[in-house]
Amino acid sequence: MLVFEKSRKGRRLSLLPECDVEVVLPEEKDKRKLALHMPELSENELSRHYTELAKKCHGVNDGFYPLGSCTMKYNPKINEDMAALKGFTDIHPLQPAHTVQGCMEVIKTAEEYLCGITGMERMTFQPAAGAHGEFTGLLLIKAYHESRGDKKRTKIIVPDSAHGTNPASAVMAGYSVVSIPSGSDGCVDLVKLKEAAGDDVAGLMLTNPNTVGLFDKNILEITRIIHECGGQCYYDGANLNAVMGMVRPGDMGFDVIHLNLHKTFSTPHGGGGPGSGPVGCKEHLAQFLPSVLVEGEEELSFVKPANSIGELKSFYGNFLVVVRALTYLMTLGKEGIPAASKGAVLNANYMMHKLKDCYTMAYEEVCMHEFVMSLSDLKKKTGVSAMDIAKGLLDNGIHPPTMYFPLIVDEALMIEPTETESKETLDGAADVFRKLYEIAQSDADKLHAAPVKTPVERLDEVEAARHPVLKYDFNREK
Amino acid sequence: MGKNTFGYIPVTEKEQEEMLKEIGVSSMDELFAHIPDEVKLSGELQIPSGMTELEVRRKIEGIAEKNRVFPVCFRGAGAYRHFIPSIVKSVISKENFLTAYTPYQAEISQGILQTIFEYQTMICDLTGMDASNASVYDGASAAAESIAMCCERKRKKALVSETVNPYVLETIKTYCFGSGHELVIVPEKDGVTDMEALKELADDTTACVYIQHPNFYGSLEEAQEIGEIVHASGARYIMGVNPISLGVLKTPGEYGADIAVGEGQPFGLDLAFGGPYLGFMACNAKLTRKLPGRIVGQTTDRSGRRGYVLTLQAREQHIRREKASSNVCSNQALCALAVGVYLSAMGKEGLKCMAVQCMSKAHYMAGELEKSGFEIENGGEYFHEFITVSEKPSEKVLAVLETKGILGGYPLDDHRILWCCTEMNSKEDIDRAVALAREV
Repeated sequence: MLVFEKSRKGRRLSLLPECDVEVVLPEEKDKRKLALHMPELSENELSRHYTELAKKCHGVNDGFYPLGSCTMKYNPKINEDMAALKGFTDIHPLQPAHTVQGCMEVIKTAEEYLCGITGMERMTFQPAAGAHGEFTGLLLIKAYHESRGDKKRTKIIVPDSAHGTNPASAVMAGYSVVSIPSGSDGCVDLVKLKEAAGDDVAGLMLTNPNTVGLFDKNILEITRIIHECGGQCYYDGANLNAVMGMVRPGDMGFDVIHLNLHKTFSTPHGGGGPGSGPVGCKEHLAQFLPSVLVEGEEELSFVKPANSIGELKSFYGNFLVVVRALTYLMTLGKEGIPAASKGAVLNANYMMHKLKDCYTMAYEEVCMHEFVMSLSDLKKKTGVSAMDIAKGLLDNGIHPPTMYFPLIVDEALMIEPTETESKETLDGAADVFRKLYEIAQSDADKLHAAPVKTPVERLDEVEAARHPVLKYDFNREK
Repeated sequence: MGKNTFGYIPVTEKEQEEMLKEIGVSSMDELFAHIPDEVKLSGELQIPSGMTELEVRRKIEGIAEKNRVFPVCFRGAGAYRHFIPSIVKSVISKENFLTAYTPYQAEISQGILQTIFEYQTMICDLTGMDASNASVYDGASAAAESIAMCCERKRKKALVSETVNPYVLETIKTYCFGSGHELVIVPEKDGVTDMEALKELADDTTACVYIQHPNFYGSLEEAQEIGEIVHASGARYIMGVNPISLGVLKTPGEYGADIAVGEGQPFGLDLAFGGPYLGFMACNAKLTRKLPGRIVGQTTDRSGRRGYVLTLQAREQHIRREKASSNVCSNQALCALAVGVYLSAMGKEGLKCMAVQCMSKAHYMAGELEKSGFEIENGGEYFHEFITVSEKPSEKVLAVLETKGILGGYPLDDHRILWCCTEMNSKEDIDRAVALAREV
């Protein structure tokens, strides 16, 4: 039931004292006339409402969550405690500088850690999510070219294996997108890249390891080709969890990057946000960074970069998410950070190994932190699709892998176990995958009908889009 | 114990060896052997060593102590200290909500999807609009996205009033730098949007007009009349509103707005040095398919049970890539949940009461300051923020308040201060602050 359907006139919580000054109301012309329908419940009912809804969700805490490219690692509890300190939660963003030295220290310290890990010079924490970071990074590239009076660069090169946000961000930044096909090994096709590279190219967006879980060995050649044509290289940090402490984007030749603190640095996803998408860059782009940077040693202060692109949102970013990530960074340090990446790569290869005799791997070689299977053959043979296997996993308490991505693999399932899962969990999940493979051969209909143990069965998405019902209709009440 | 090399990794050394053996490699390094040596990091990361939980806790608590928490706050200007009922934090710390991803797998995400559907309903009800998305990053990015919704081939010019929050204006500018849409500022006159200037600027190339109501200075705009001018030019009318004010003030829907956006922070979210907050976006039925970001819709499952899914995804980047209406792929789901819990806890009466208290206390404080020699700059009606003008240097007034644990208003310049009152400010606090300001 919806909270509105549980509402009973006259129920309430006791929250505010009486108004202790003379009441002032707006003039008649500005007074709200429209009825207000906020629900009326007691606190017990309200609390139970959300407990009931929480039971109908699956978080990392509920079980295995191998959602490829999303890095659903365990969210440490100390992170939450630190983000709940009153010295962080109750600070107004426009307080005088000498009263927010601690907040500035959080930003400065997180910047030092993350620049160390990525090989960047400076970093802004203003972007609120990965896609917001991409947009920011592209605007830095745009501002850089414009500052040199170079107005002919109108294109951004994006491989066809990229996340959908890459081309969408490029368009928001005013660029047209040149999509280049991947080679048969899933990596950048150097011939195609050279063909696309020219003096109209503003830059390239790339993730490495790429979205099929492979490290592109030609990375230095790729970034060299782009730099030689006068472009800038943008690193999408979605897959950084594979290579921390092994390789730094800065050393691969990237000029600007975004990170996802909610993926790589263990902050919770919150059901879709809030995240944090800090953007780091090399020295030549730092003057264009948005918002303010923290400067100083003893006495910290905010300083606006000389040729800043402006603001991407209010204030300094999703600060409490940065507190969580800093807590994680301090906990792991220079020993734990590379160990996390090694663990992620080990778990992915182990799981791939456990499945490769029945499922078809899109790429056979050693993978990084994730791998992609193609269920194309299985579908041809049995009619069971990637979607059906995913829905079968739901009945077994496992969150399915990312489905139908990357687009260059047919019937794709993309599995990213992360380093925080145990060997038993991986073994157990591999058994489930294998069992579903068996069922696909023996009883395909059972998988077409899955899931059956979840709060609802498969939902009619076509109907939802064709006749959108996007809110509760209060007029339906008598 | 000591240095942390665990990284929350459960796999033991022994298991690691077994796993490597099963994979068919002899060492961990072999898994990274395909990375060319010339890009590999030589040596260790140049960051500090890891620490145990107790050490980290001490360290971070020490950093937090370097901040000053003001017991009393009269500062707003885009972020507001309001009362947050205990149930809000109780709900948003539930791990099933906290640790889940975007609800792509609807069958095991009905809880999150339903809370978003309830949130969308509340935002529509509050603003008087037809459709709401699942939220975006914050109020400023919501404003920038709302402008992008309106720009089209023949209408690429956005008019934005000078009286909006400076962060909102700067964010819109940045988005326009990206998209190439033209931005024109409508000047202010006596602290509100200059109507004559607006009439002149709004023409058949104008995509939309964006105003903030109450505006940055707390004043109410001539919102009805502005809407009429905007629509006469064929442009769309966007209102940025403070959601608390909607407990008593006319809704954007009633004023004739096509799109309503705003900063959701006042609804149960901590000040948190600026974030995470949430931007709400709602629009009339005609514009629904132009909304950016996630939207949840109601539908049924195979057995006819009511359920919820992410819908109208044909607008979105993961389907449309470079043709998408926006690159937004997350929402602030946990913040939207907080808003839903907050509004359910406040209820219909609570929200009205809250809005009335904010407005009443601001007027009381303004009156008292006026009696103490400060001039009130707002000419007409205002909600819960107002500007004082005085001979006394702003920094001096604020410094005196600060010594008594009071964060005064936001200094606009040497002699003008923007004050804010909420239900958190008791009459006693107000009297004490005014007395201190009087003595400067």
